[in-house]
Amino acid sequence: MRYNERELLSLARQPAEKAAEILMRVPKKGSVLKKRLVKLVVNFLFYFRTDEAEPIGALLLEHCRITKEEENVFSISFIEEPERKYCFECDSEQQCQEWIEALKRASYEFMRRSLIFYRNEIQKMTGKVSTLQLAFQELVISGVAATHPTQRCLLICVGKRSHSKSVPEAMILTACRAQ
Amino acid sequence: MKLNERSLAFYATCDSPADNAGFLYKRGERHTAYHRRWFVLKGNMLFYFEERESREPVGVIVLEGCTVELCDSGEEFAFAIRFGGAKSRTYVLAAESQAAMEAWVKSLSRASFDYMRLVVRELEKQLVEMQRGPAGGRSAKPAAPERSPERRPALPGALPKENGCAVWNNAQGTDPPPRAAAPRRASGCDAEASPRPPPVPPRRRASSGDPAVVAESPGGTSAFSRLHERYGREVARLRREWLERRQGQQP
Repeated sequence: MRYNERELLSLARQPAEKAAEILMRVPKKGSVLKKRLVKLVVNFLFYFRTDEAEPIGALLLEHCRITKEEENVFSISFIEEPERKYCFECDSEQQCQEWIEALKRASYEFMRRSLIFYRNEIQKMTGKVSTLQLAFQELVISGVAATHPTQRCLLICVGKRSHSKSVPEAMILTACRAQ
Repeated sequence: MKLNERSLAFYATCDSPADNAGFLYKRGERHTAYHRRWFVLKGNMLFYFEERESREPVGVIVLEGCTVELCDSGEEFAFAIRFGGAKSRTYVLAAESQAAMEAWVKSLSRASFDYMRLVVRELEKQLVEMQRGPAGGRSAKPAAPERSPERRPALPGALPKENGCAVWNNAQGTDPPPRAAAPRRASGCDAEASPRPPPVPPRRRASSGDPAVVAESPGGTSAFSRLHERYGREVARLRREWLERRQGQQP
């Protein structure tokens, strides 16, 4: 796969979110732990030989799983190949935990979910119409088992959506207008 | 430099949401011929495929640190992705319509991780300030941002996770089972697998001690239960009418 290596190398030289010398092992047969300079920049984890300016490699941290292994050790694997693990042995348990936390938050997809979460929360706090519309959307998606009468009505409306498209929407709109 | 290409290819082709996708003409590096490629933008990575159905991308452009600008190459609807360094390559792309070009320029301009991080931090700040509130009243109960434990954003501990005003989000405290086929939403409300009815949401405690919902309540309905009743009656009535109408329509 072609990629713009020059830009990636330039990214590797930028100030890191986190950087440390850590023992690292790649998921290749016969590979052993080696001391590497490991550097987290945006959603990339670069790893260097400790005396070199150019990284040996880079891992894009999307759709990956960060797992605590044994003491001081964590691993990075990717969801399509969960057995293929990049292992990292830290100097201390604390360092290990810090890296795990940082790496878990280091993906674009994680930030996207945070964005959606905050937006939802803010929307819920700021507007009734939005709350109801949001709830409507959420019920459509989730089919929540509801006990409150309003919830049940909305749910039933939503459930019957396939029969009559306009009706549930009209109901929601009326309810909204009734505010 | 090695790159985890297999994972990259998987990321490009899996069904996670793309920020943009479509055909674009890409100008070659050395030769000025344009090649039509299928482009997929996910986060700060712009993948391009030979065909729409191709199993693997031909290549990827890491967009971090780029600028996007319109360019007056001979080609119509052309725009360029430029990088800062000396000797860095400029990618010239052309869309098939004005609308497509504008959409691409917009989505590519916002595609950096840094930009996303800025937006998230801003929203987080807003939320924290809102929850502190003018009356200084802070409600206690946290709201779970997500269902599946391993996908939960690790929000900073300082952020009070309260959600007192919404009746639908009853995720607080209940640990729902992880989702099977997850639609890619981080809505706090989807409790489809939970067999128990959701717990009653907590009342927000403003400084006055009254349970308050949201500021602008028409008719002065300050208690949520009253608002809830009103909606409930209205919706129940409409539903009855609709059911009657529907029964009337059935042969």
